[in-house]
Amino acid sequence: MKTLIIAEHNHHALKADTLVTLGAAQQLGQPIDVFIAGHDMAQLSQDTATIAGIDRVLSWDHEALAMPFSEILAPVIANLRSQYSHILLASSSFGKDLAPRIAALCGVNAVSDVIDIISANQYKRPIYAGNAIATVQNNAACQVVTIRTSAFSAPSHETAASPAHIQALSIELPDTSVRFVEQTLSESSRPELNSAEIIVSGGRAVGSDANFSLIYDLADKLGAAVGASRAAVDAGYIANDLQVGQTGKVVAPSLYIAIGISGAIQHLAGMKDSKVIVAINNDPEAPIFSVADYGLVADLFETLPAMTARL
Amino acid sequence: MTHHPLKAIVAVKRVIDYNVKVRVKADRSDVDLSNTKMSMNPFCEIAVEEAVRLKEAGLVGEIVVVSIGPKSCQEQIRSALALGADRGLQVECDTPVSPLDVAKILQKIQQEENADIFLLGKQSIDADNNQTGQMLAALLDCPQATCASRVHIEHNKAIVTREVDGGLLTVEMSLPAVITTDLRLNEPRFAALPKIMQAKRKPLAVKTLADLAIELTTDIELISVDSPTQRQAGVILSSVDELMSTLRNDPNVQMPKHDKEA
Repeated sequence: MKTLIIAEHNHHALKADTLVTLGAAQQLGQPIDVFIAGHDMAQLSQDTATIAGIDRVLSWDHEALAMPFSEILAPVIANLRSQYSHILLASSSFGKDLAPRIAALCGVNAVSDVIDIISANQYKRPIYAGNAIATVQNNAACQVVTIRTSAFSAPSHETAASPAHIQALSIELPDTSVRFVEQTLSESSRPELNSAEIIVSGGRAVGSDANFSLIYDLADKLGAAVGASRAAVDAGYIANDLQVGQTGKVVAPSLYIAIGISGAIQHLAGMKDSKVIVAINNDPEAPIFSVADYGLVADLFETLPAMTARL
Repeated sequence: MTHHPLKAIVAVKRVIDYNVKVRVKADRSDVDLSNTKMSMNPFCEIAVEEAVRLKEAGLVGEIVVVSIGPKSCQEQIRSALALGADRGLQVECDTPVSPLDVAKILQKIQQEENADIFLLGKQSIDADNNQTGQMLAALLDCPQATCASRVHIEHNKAIVTREVDGGLLTVEMSLPAVITTDLRLNEPRFAALPKIMQAKRKPLAVKTLADLAIELTTDIELISVDSPTQRQAGVILSSVDELMSTLRNDPNVQMPKHDKEA
């Protein structure tokens, strides 16, 4: 049987999450097709076809797919299910929205947030905010699975000896009443949280959105992404999509620097798989120190400029 | 054109209380929930609150709250009634249900209720699946807006702002629709004592899976449950200088090339 990956892209390039999903899919050891839906993406389809390890690219190009809603994609993908034993998506907001809709139309449950593929039908996934790890067996004929990308790696960038076959799909557009109104994207030149090697994260103790400039300064010197605890997001210091934690982004960079973050269990669930964790907090009892490789009990308003000055 | 007052269905789940630390059973069969404080799933509380606010704004006429589980989940239905829901429905079930089971049960309930809006939490804090709302929308062949941080209803349409990777996405959809709630949609209120007393007199019906002709799914089997690997606390350093030199010497850390000491 084969695996189908549902690609996520910005119409010019595949997102890093999709490449990591490809890396996860390769563990299943069977041919991989990639489904791309969008508009004006002839180049993107061709670029995708040159990535090593892809058998076929299913390209669905339609002007209505400039914003690919799950209501439109799910029935089309569910109709492909007889050809595939596995349908894989990244556990991004796109994948989380779409995967269950596909699964329900296939009459199956999905396996969410997989962190380990044990075999073709056994997976590990975190439950209870990462406080327990479940091993589950999926007995469905077509398995719909979302991949927690922080737990897998993209294949090394190899070009295929010969490009994969691109199959243009010509499908009648499913009907939906969903209409795009507006999108506000946080513009940033910094790396994305999901793929950054270094993350500098601030908590409530940073105190204000103006004070967050101290975090940005350090992050920019380090070439790092910026994250935040839920408390800092709720206080309005920083945009919601930068929240690290069980209900925000789950990240695993090589270096995570937590500044003024006490370390609520929900935050730890989102970053405890980082390779090296640094905690800077003026409270020596803060739970963040129990997971940190290196701790500094200090005032962040003195420490941050000092660190930035030494870079 | 006149509009009938909308009917909202809110699904609520009884889960381990947000503040309780889970323990894995010694035989690794599951987590141990014996003698554990149970509460309404926090995302479901946000869904109840949103439905009540829509009712207070005159947009929703009736709120039906549904929970699936053993008799104990009536506690969470009563909590929702105390917060302002009008009537409750418990679907009696003593075994765990999957997201697809819940979606199928709500689909059956919809055949009788004909609701305009479904409000569900985006995920439960026990199984963390984040699947049920999307599955319900698929089965009802209706639009879905997941991870909502703002809900606006007008002229029988829902305009919903969703929290997505990279920012916010606002969509408009016709009703009926399924909306799942994210953290920043609202801050749930606490029920006042008189309302808790009143809630005891609000109607609460009970149905069985047989009444709804539902057979539970068996596709996902739980094999075992383990505690996650614990990180060990590391060392407390004494100064910024020590921290910076430690990071530079840690083989797992790649400090940037323009580093002054490099």
